[in-house]
Amino acid sequence: MAHLGVIISMLVIFGGLAWLLFRSIKGREVERRVIFVFIFVAVAAPILFPITFEEHASPVVKGLFDHIDTLPPGSRVLISFDYDPAMAPEVQPMANAISFHCLDRGHKVVFMSLWATGQTLLFNTLEDVIRPEFPDLIDGVDFISTGYKAGNEGVLNVIVSDFKKMFPTDVNGVPLDSVPIFDEINSCADFDLIVALGGGRPGPKEWVLFVGDPADVPIGVGVAAVVAPQLYPYYPRQIIGMLGGVKGAAEYESELAHRHERFKNMAQPGLKMMGPQTLAHIVIICFIVIGNVAFFRSRRRKGN
Amino acid sequence: MEHFALWLSAFLTLGILSFLYKDNPWYKLSEAIFVGISAGFWVVTLFWDNLVGKFWDGWQDEPMLFVGAALGFLMLLRLVPKIGWISRWPLAFIVGATSGLWLMNYLASNIMVQVMATIQPLFSTGYASGFDAGWGAIISSLVIVVGTFTGLVYFFFSKEHKGAFGGAARVGIFFIMITFGASFGYTVMSRMSLLIGRMDFLLGDWLGMIG
Repeated sequence: MAHLGVIISMLVIFGGLAWLLFRSIKGREVERRVIFVFIFVAVAAPILFPITFEEHASPVVKGLFDHIDTLPPGSRVLISFDYDPAMAPEVQPMANAISFHCLDRGHKVVFMSLWATGQTLLFNTLEDVIRPEFPDLIDGVDFISTGYKAGNEGVLNVIVSDFKKMFPTDVNGVPLDSVPIFDEINSCADFDLIVALGGGRPGPKEWVLFVGDPADVPIGVGVAAVVAPQLYPYYPRQIIGMLGGVKGAAEYESELAHRHERFKNMAQPGLKMMGPQTLAHIVIICFIVIGNVAFFRSRRRKGN
Repeated sequence: MEHFALWLSAFLTLGILSFLYKDNPWYKLSEAIFVGISAGFWVVTLFWDNLVGKFWDGWQDEPMLFVGAALGFLMLLRLVPKIGWISRWPLAFIVGATSGLWLMNYLASNIMVQVMATIQPLFSTGYASGFDAGWGAIISSLVIVVGTFTGLVYFFFSKEHKGAFGGAARVGIFFIMITFGASFGYTVMSRMSLLIGRMDFLLGDWLGMIG
């Protein structure tokens, strides 16, 4: 049934595109709403009839994956959720996969957020991934959430030298001085790895500028695709690895599924989203070709 | 209640998407609700986190917080036309403080380290002596050298872009265009992810069509 659905969807999409190309060659314009219909079908079809692709981690993704994988168990990792629901479809799969990976390797994880909206999304990761998958782990011993703190770069400027000054308690109001996970953590320099997830300001770039470089702490980032090109120059000297958009999330999930048996049976939203992504991109490329054909045809006609 | 929230979310999502057909009252209603809720969310968040969480709960320990509160109050004087000019003082403080906060970090990370990352050996990985880099690393280094040099030439407007200089500037344009293309590609991927997220909600959570 699913295969039949995929075949029919492909016939509709590519048959329609061929018809539009024919119309363009004839000199007819394509109504913009027709483009929206094609994008809608290209996105909806692989969601209804799943199409999956094999993903392999690129070096920039592997950089972060290998670092987490090779850190000795018990290493201290800070994960910051600096994003909002608009970025969640891209960044939440990364957050879930990285959180799972860190805890599965036995690292001690501190969660925090520089965005008010990030705290709710952090709560989702705790409820959807951490509590069901790691029921034996203890809050305050194996992981902890310090929640959101207002102040943007000001927060980073303080926690780089004194974490508890800005976060005296965890998200539930428990003093950090009384929790075992913070026994040997005084500042950001005491973390073995910081993972900054986001795409706005403050976000991964601010983590590099205000914490990673001054405190000489390895920083890995997971970002919304729209800001990924701005962060590439920081790799590999200032960030050890980067997950760019849903493609980065899918590559990470794929690597995790290959090397961590438990993750194979878990939800892999990044990989699931690559079907609609790929088909939508093919449709957009086709429209660029059709647009160019129409443009050169009309120019030649004017020339004649 | 959960059922109502699901239908309301679907109603508002479809309202926003209806703009793709044309501007309409459904879209305007959904947009107004979104803007209103966003503004309300931030007012409540900033009130509890900043005014109560930081100032009200902390002024006994840190009296200096009154300075910040006073500057915040002065900012509101913009609403009084006759003395609105006073609001420039806290604004000047914000600009100065932000510049001070950013200047050193920006200079160190975005200029010094970035320049260091650009100046790298062409035929060596830099970790061992001699010519130890593979072809991939050599080509990558050459791309960085040529791209950086020609890109800078393109932005040098004191000399007319003619001859060899013009040729280098033209190569620089290609590098800039490739950068813009990569940026556009990533932006498309980002926007598609948003659409996929909403479609997943409509077809899965709302209509229950995903198995």
